[in-house]
Amino acid sequence: MARGTSDITVIGGGVVGLATALGLLRAGRRVTVLDGSDSDFRASQGNFGLVWLQGKGAGFAPYAAWTRDAVAAWPGFAATLGDLTGLDLALDQSGGFEFFTDPAEFQDFAAALERQQAHLGNRFTHEVIDGDDLRRSHPQIGPDVVGATFCPLDGHVNPLRLLRALRAAVRSLGGHIRADAGVRGIAAASGGGFDLTLHTGETLGAARVVLCAGLGGADLAAELGFATRVRPQRGELLITEKLGERLPFLSSTIRQVDEGGVQIGGTKAEVGPDDRETLDVMAGLARHAVKVLPALADVRVVRAWGALRVMTPDGYPVYARSPRHPGACLVTCHSGITLAPLHASVLADWIENTETAPDLEAFDENRFALSDAA
Amino acid sequence: MKIASRFLTRPDAVRTVMVSLDGEPVAARAGDSVAAALLAHSGDASRQSGKGAPRTAFCMMGICFDCLVEVDGQPNCQGCMITVRDGMVLRRQRGLRKLDGSANA
Repeated sequence: MARGTSDITVIGGGVVGLATALGLLRAGRRVTVLDGSDSDFRASQGNFGLVWLQGKGAGFAPYAAWTRDAVAAWPGFAATLGDLTGLDLALDQSGGFEFFTDPAEFQDFAAALERQQAHLGNRFTHEVIDGDDLRRSHPQIGPDVVGATFCPLDGHVNPLRLLRALRAAVRSLGGHIRADAGVRGIAAASGGGFDLTLHTGETLGAARVVLCAGLGGADLAAELGFATRVRPQRGELLITEKLGERLPFLSSTIRQVDEGGVQIGGTKAEVGPDDRETLDVMAGLARHAVKVLPALADVRVVRAWGALRVMTPDGYPVYARSPRHPGACLVTCHSGITLAPLHASVLADWIENTETAPDLEAFDENRFALSDAA
Repeated sequence: MKIASRFLTRPDAVRTVMVSLDGEPVAARAGDSVAAALLAHSGDASRQSGKGAPRTAFCMMGICFDCLVEVDGQPNCQGCMITVRDGMVLRRQRGLRKLDGSANA
């Protein structure tokens, strides 16, 4: 079977797959991206758009450092995508809050940030703010908020425009993106490389593969001998009518998109492959938003949706080479937006195994085997 | 200058209600939606987008949000989803609303 004209085939055309493809293209590789179908669970089209550091890796220093590197790389990454595509991603990294209405949760999260601070030293800074102090600087915040944490390094981006920019950037560098090409089967070919079977029944050859297909890649990962089993975790989101002024803050649950609407989210539910929204969770989101910012009470919600996060067993990214099949890598994570600048740059060095490759040993999937034995 | 409506009013006689649009009295057929009443009244824009572009009702079924109008002081109401009522105070939605409910202008 023909191996095609690409050096590497990226399975998955979401933010993770496209960013990975972009990095490989910038490293001089010929790349084909196989994108799935609109009936797939597309985390890249339903996510919240945070570029977020606060709380990440409090319990796992390598993830704290990796995320810190990603956040630092975002301004240059957004500029590069702007140069390649002419698109403005609306990146804003002017700091973000976590708001708390439960004192115990506030204390626990503040303690987690202390652990993150210990991991990152002078590469991190955060504030823990009592509710009354918060209302002195932000009088719009409601009385039920008992406290907040703030990290000046947090931010957000327009995630749909990022997806669009990544597609355009991959194409501008000569990458080939094939639509409606969901991969349903993968096997090592007898002469080296891989045989891929698409959902249409068509078969394709690939010299090397990087599996970035999120939830759609779970079965393929097993076929390639990977131990990682990702699971869906549902988040629900609301978006309001557009407002003519900017909100006075960004938080991990309430953010104003650059066009003016207020997006509200952050729920987590373990419900399997079901991305439907539910009335009680939507009502809870609205209540939370009004507690934080009472002025939102008469602002209309115009859309709501559910989307599925791609969760590894411990929630941290997996960067793994197939133990059985040289030339197959697995790249999967929940924070595909935040980590995109690294996926589009140094991850290519890791995939190519160059001398300058980052040390991603901590993110190998062997950690799951170790924890099972413990 | 008044722009004539592009729509004919149904000939069957029904009760008429009076509403106001930006202070001007407007007669409307009882039972019509606010958007239908505004389309029957005038071919002029019934709102301005966030960037100031003229807009008026399009889908008439709650999807496009191009019929947004201020109804009795409440901004950004979907005119196609609301039935006219005698004495209703309508204002063209000009740009985006603000957090305190006021117009952006």
